Amino acid sequence: MATPVLDHPDLPRLKAAFPDVKFLASEYRGQTTVVVPADALHRVMRLLHDDPACNYDFLSDVTAADYLGYPSRTPGRFAVVYLLLSTNHGRRLTIKTYLDPSVDTLGNELDPALIVPSVTDIWPGAEWREREVFDMYGIQFRDHPDHRRILTWETYPAFPLRKDYPLRGRGERERYRVMPRDAR
Amino acid sequence: MGLEAALPVDNILTTQLNRVINWARRSAVWPMPFATACCGIELMATASSRFDLARFGAEVFRFSPRQADLLIVAGRVSIKMLPVLQRIYVQMTEPKWVISMGACASTGGVFDTYAVVQGIDQFIPVDVYVPGCPPRPEMLIEGVMAIQRIIDNENIPYDGDGKRLPLEVAVTPTYEPAAQPVDVTVGAS
Repeated sequence: MATPVLDHPDLPRLKAAFPDVKFLASEYRGQTTVVVPADALHRVMRLLHDDPACNYDFLSDVTAADYLGYPSRTPGRFAVVYLLLSTNHGRRLTIKTYLDPSVDTLGNELDPALIVPSVTDIWPGAEWREREVFDMYGIQFRDHPDHRRILTWETYPAFPLRKDYPLRGRGERERYRVMPRDAR
Repeated sequence: MGLEAALPVDNILTTQLNRVINWARRSAVWPMPFATACCGIELMATASSRFDLARFGAEVFRFSPRQADLLIVAGRVSIKMLPVLQRIYVQMTEPKWVISMGACASTGGVFDTYAVVQGIDQFIPVDVYVPGCPPRPEMLIEGVMAIQRIIDNENIPYDGDGKRLPLEVAVTPTYEPAAQPVDVTVGAS
């Protein structure tokens, strides 16, 4: 495996602007990922958007990953992933934040540890992406303007993309009323 | 010597009432397309001029369930979509028939996940299953013709307690699939 080449032009800028924040950076096939602690996420994102040298004006996607049973060690179980694009500089950057659950992940209980600040005030397009991450993984977004599930219904009993949720569900698809031929 | 002898021969034909009604119903089946996936594309192809569902009197697709009598469920149905499908089924006027088109509508197909209904027949009555992924238009036409055969055999009023039961006819292919000859040269041109 090739050694990562950390030559992304915005990495020195990040290090200089936040001397108190511990960043982790990695590179794979020309794509650079920076791991940011959750408490520093919002100000880092604000700088990446507003600073004319970085100028990440486009948020391609917000998604998440569950690293339960992942073969190598990760800084936390869940990762929220932000894919940034600067249309002026033609650069991309991936920002990751790792989170660890504090309560049982099997149900649909809201976990106070799985919370990150919302970036909807920086990129308004993040609204539905963050709702999707909340719907699928149960990760909450602080100060989100419309914090609801987006794909499943309001009373769905789980967060279905967590790795400990069975692929075929826990009977949600079978528990439904049957419509007979003479239904009115 | 029956009634026929007393009637003028040029414009009166005697038959049974239920044969006339069934003939009218079978010759003008108005489908309601419930197309949620790629089967819907084949459904559109079936209605188009190449396959021409109008040959069987079923070309008038109605997007209002109040005006349709054949529900064609073409594609996978998620649990969130199922109440919509049930509402549409209930809104259709009697008599009504249902075709489950394709592997996903009949069994869930490859989408064996928490979000997809594993066969709409668990939740609404189905008369004819058309297999395939997606079925060829010929196959769907065979399914519509199966509906017509079901209509032909109905009694008016209905037998039994008046409630029609799903017949659950599965359509089987009537042709031998064969490889299509194609001109392909691999390597040097």
